[in-house]
Formats: sequence, structure tokens, C-alpha cells
Amino acid sequence: MTAPSGLSRVTRWLRRNLVVIAGLTTLGYLMLPNVIVTVFSFNKPNGRFNYEWQRFSTDAWTDPCGVADLCGSLSLSLQIAVWATLGSTVLGTMIAFALARYRFRARSSVSTLLFLPMAMPEVVMAASLATLFLNMGVTFGFWTILIAHIMFCLSFVVTAVKARVMSMDPRLEQAAQDLYATPLQTFLRVTLPIAAPGIAAGALLSFALSFDDFIITNFNAGSTVTFPMFVWGSAQRGTPVQINVIGTAMFVIAVLCVLVGQLAGGRRKRS
Amino acid sequence: MTATAPTERTGTEVRLTKISKSYGAFTAVHPLDLTVPGGSFFALLGASGCGKTTTLRMIAGLEDPSSGTVELAGADVTALPPHKRPVNTVFQSYALFPHLDIYENVAFGLRRRGIKSVKKQVGDMLDLVQLGDFARRKPQQLSGGQQQRVAVARALINHPQVLLLDEPLGALDLKLRRQMQLELKRIQTEVGITFIHVTHDQEEAMTMADTVAVMNGGRVEQLGAPADLYETPRTTFVANFLGTSNLIAADVLDASGSDLVLQAASSKLALPAERCTVTPRTGGRLLIGIRPEKISLTHADDAGTVPDGRNRVTGRIATSSFIGVSTQYLVDSPVTAGAAPLAVYEQNIERDRRLVPGAEVVLHWNPGHSFGLDAAQSIEAGTDAGEGT
Repeated sequence: MTAPSGLSRVTRWLRRNLVVIAGLTTLGYLMLPNVIVTVFSFNKPNGRFNYEWQRFSTDAWTDPCGVADLCGSLSLSLQIAVWATLGSTVLGTMIAFALARYRFRARSSVSTLLFLPMAMPEVVMAASLATLFLNMGVTFGFWTILIAHIMFCLSFVVTAVKARVMSMDPRLEQAAQDLYATPLQTFLRVTLPIAAPGIAAGALLSFALSFDDFIITNFNAGSTVTFPMFVWGSAQRGTPVQINVIGTAMFVIAVLCVLVGQLAGGRRKRS
Repeated sequence: MTATAPTERTGTEVRLTKISKSYGAFTAVHPLDLTVPGGSFFALLGASGCGKTTTLRMIAGLEDPSSGTVELAGADVTALPPHKRPVNTVFQSYALFPHLDIYENVAFGLRRRGIKSVKKQVGDMLDLVQLGDFARRKPQQLSGGQQQRVAVARALINHPQVLLLDEPLGALDLKLRRQMQLELKRIQTEVGITFIHVTHDQEEAMTMADTVAVMNGGRVEQLGAPADLYETPRTTFVANFLGTSNLIAADVLDASGSDLVLQAASSKLALPAERCTVTPRTGGRLLIGIRPEKISLTHADDAGTVPDGRNRVTGRIATSSFIGVSTQYLVDSPVTAGAAPLAVYEQNIERDRRLVPGAEVVLHWNPGHSFGLDAAQSIEAGTDAGEGT
């Protein structure tokens, strides 16, 4: 056997590592914006725009609320996200169970209509909701934003939970009843734990969607300013470094949550 | 009576009275009466869709009967929801809780009844089914046979008055199934609980059960000890579903004596009148049945050696297959009148090398081994060809 030529050695190496290369490239593509955001959170820009690297500084990190209204809008966004997540998860889980478990009139139309908020252009929904609120004479603010957020989060929760409930063996609940569990115990001890991953996925999606929603919020907020609206508004006049600080912090918290979740899951599996 | 009451070792009688189940226009179970003696191993046997599982689920309370009552040890439990009935079920494909480990699966029933210290009982039960080392595994980490044992342990730990088994061995391979059949039988003898076992496997039913009820189309066709069902089936369905039967349509020449005289083609056949399920009358028609292993084959050249007093039929061997313990022949005979050929199983003791396809033979059997059935039924009911009749 002759020694392989240089070219074939390269192709062989490529073939063996193609998956790794593709994976790293995709990961880089996804991560690069986050890296930029993080890097620029340590910038000390000349002037109001944080678009060019000047010099390293931790000023923004030591004073994240240093910009007027930023932390207020952040806290409002977090509150809305928490309540929207709670509302849409509870409602959506119940809808998902109804759709997956019971046969009733208009079941399929409900199923289809629930997809609309996902399929419809956001701006259309935003404008029609605003029209609705205006005609009803509702004052725009916290509550209109919350109602709007629960509305569009609902379909994501229903989709996530329904998939889980549909794939659940109905015999599991029968087995629980057969083993002396009352209907309530059956739900709490068997149904809910098995549906939990779907519910958690729906809740996480809801939180993320609600927290960073701009279009629908902007149409229905009145004079209230959420964090995405604050970012948008300040981008017209200049971008404070603190926005990068908040963005980086959110990213790190999200990554930590995922890591903790995986560690806990891994430990449970091993024991 | 409460679910927490432990059972005495005598076992609980289960009595179904006029119980039925319909879904809209479809009747899954026709009104049926059934009494399962306390402490017995009872099998409900039938093809899929015959209503056996529905019957079992009505006993468990997972299905509301359309009519009729379920009694356990004389107490009417028809209106009780499943969690208040002192019965437990081993489900088809086990239905183990995937989010709980083996220990918690087995402890589930005890905990629901408010028993705090379950450690010893669960440990003992896991040892009984030889899964002590697997307590902290999840169900999906176990093999099929191990999952099956967990399902049995999870039910038995509650000391139910009746254990219901819904095709519990269907998902196992043949060897493991045989092993588990014996295991279940052993456990049943040990604990003395009434077992009701639903299966479509006739061999499984006969191996395990004291009493078998053969179901077909939502009705019980016949109920009895396995040997009685096999030797004296009362319908063509039972005759064909339990093992193989040769059914020959015959004219009744004389119904006056203790032995009926029948004629099929040119053969005269005898049949003891008491082995006949219908009242025969001279000039009528009957089906005479005989199991393949009761028939002896003799080459036509030796026809003279066949003893007197045996039923004799002539034929020609169509196919033969050697399967070790026996050789199975299919024999074309004028008596079948063009229907399926007669099956004959010859034990592998001294093989006659002339018995090859094409050979002319005499089939003969002891008349006392045959049985008589009503000719008004489908001759193919319960065979693969007559499936669903």
C-alpha cells in the first residue's frame, strides 16, 4: 500500500470532522452577536452611540441603572413577562388537555384558530388589537399589554403541551386509578408530572416571547414603556452601554438556567 | 368494604350478572353471567375484539357496564370508581409510570392508601420478583420481562382481592413467555388470590388456568376446565379455536342406540350419543369432530390390520411435514366433500416410510374420542379462515 497523497489525506480529515466543523460554524454564527453585545458592554464610547470600540471600561457594569428610565422599563417588562407566563401557561395547559382528551363540537375549529396568532403577521394582530381596545374605550397601559401578551403566548403553550398529552398512554392514568389514586391524585401524581416537560417548554417560550415583544406591545402600550420599547426609543437618540450590560446579563442568566437544568436532569438519570 | 382491607387467603369470588357493554350501536359484550370461584385462576380466552378485555375492564371499574352488576365476595361494586375497588390490574404493555423509579412504581398503591412505612413491603416484593437491585432504575431502563415483573409486583403488593391480567405476556418473546406463565402460576398458588387472565393465546390459557371461558363476538361460547373444553367442545368455534379439529359433515342413519350411526361419503362412522351436543334425530345432519392426534394412519396395503370397532375413513396423503416430536399430515378424503383436508398428527415412535405424499391410507380412531356438533354452524368458525365469525 502506498502512502496516501496530501490531497486525499485532507479529504479524509475533512470527511471525518465534517460534522464537528459544521457544528462549530453554526454555533459561531449563533453566538457572534452575543459576543459583540458582551464585548461592547465593556466599551467607553465617545459620544452617545456605542457602535465603535474605544477603550475598556467597567463603568456601565458598576452603574447599570445609570440611564434614566432603563431599570424602570426593565422591571415592568419582567413583571409583564412573569404574569403573561403564568396566565398563558395555566390557560394554555387547560386548553391543551381539553383539546387532546375530549371530543366536543368545534374542537377542530378551536384547534385551528389557536394557530392563528402564530401564523398571522404580528403587526396585523397588533393593529387590530389596538383598534379593539380603542373602540372598547380601554385605557392603554399595563393591562392591555398583559392581555395582548397572554393572547399570543397561549398558542405556543397549547402546542407544546398538547403534543405531550397526546403522546401520553391513557393507560397510565387508568393504572393510577386502579392503584387507589383519586382523580385529583391521579392528576397531580401522574398526569401533571408526565406533562411537565411540555408545560415547562411552553412557559419558557412564553417568558422569552413576552419579554422581548416589541411590535404588539408598542401598539397597545399607550404611554407605558417596556424594556424593548426603551431600547428602540434610545436607539434613535443614542445607545447607552447599559443596554449591553442588561443584554449580557440576560444571556448569562439564561445559559446558567439551562446548565442547572441539565445538571439536575443528568444527576437524576444517574442515580 | 374498603380498599385497605387485606384479603384472607381463601380468595374472593367474582360474580357478573347480566353484564353488558355497548358503544352506540355496537355491542362489545352481550349480557352475560359469569361466576369466578374464589382463589381460582380463570382465563378469558378469545380473538381480538371478542369482548374479553371489555369484560375485564368492567370488573376493574375502568369501563361502566351498560347493564348488569359486578359483585366481589357478594358485595355489589358496580357503582364504585376504580380507586375504591379492591382489585388490581396488570395492564397490557404494563403502563409503568415513566417518571417514577421501580421502587416508587411498586410503592404507588401503598402510598395512595396512606401507608407511610412502605420500605419493608416494597423491598420484600421486589425480592419476590427478583428485582431488588433495580429499585432505583427507571422503567425504560429495564427489559420487557423485568418490566412485566414490576407490573405484577406493583399490583400484588396491595394484596388485592382479585388480580386482573390483561394480556400481560403478549409483548414477550416465546421463551420468556413460557417462563413467566409458570412464574405467574406459581405466584397465584402461593398467594391464593383470584386471578382473572385475559389472553388470545389458547395454549397460554390452557397452561395456566383452572377454568377457561372461551369468548366470541361478545358472548361466552363455552366455559370449563381446559381438558373438558379440549376433549368436548360444544361449538365449532371452540373446536377450532382451541387447537385443531377435523370436522366432518355426516348424515344420521340411526339415532336410536347409545351409539349413533352416521354416514359421510361411503364411510359409516359411530359416535357415542352422550358425546353429542345436540339431540340427534334419524335422517338429520351432524358434524362429527375428531382431534388430529387421536387419528391413526395405516397404509392402505395394511388396511386389514386395523382393529374392529374403530371409525375408518380412506384418503390420500396430500402433504406431510416432519416437526420432530411428530409428523403432521394433511389427508384428502372423500368424507370432507371438498372442504379442508383432514389433519393427522402421528407421534414420532416408529415411522412408516411408506407414508409419503400420494400414498393411499386408512385413517382410523376410537369412536369415543370423537364429538358431535350441531350442523347448523359454520364449519370454519374459529379457524384463521373463519376469523371474526
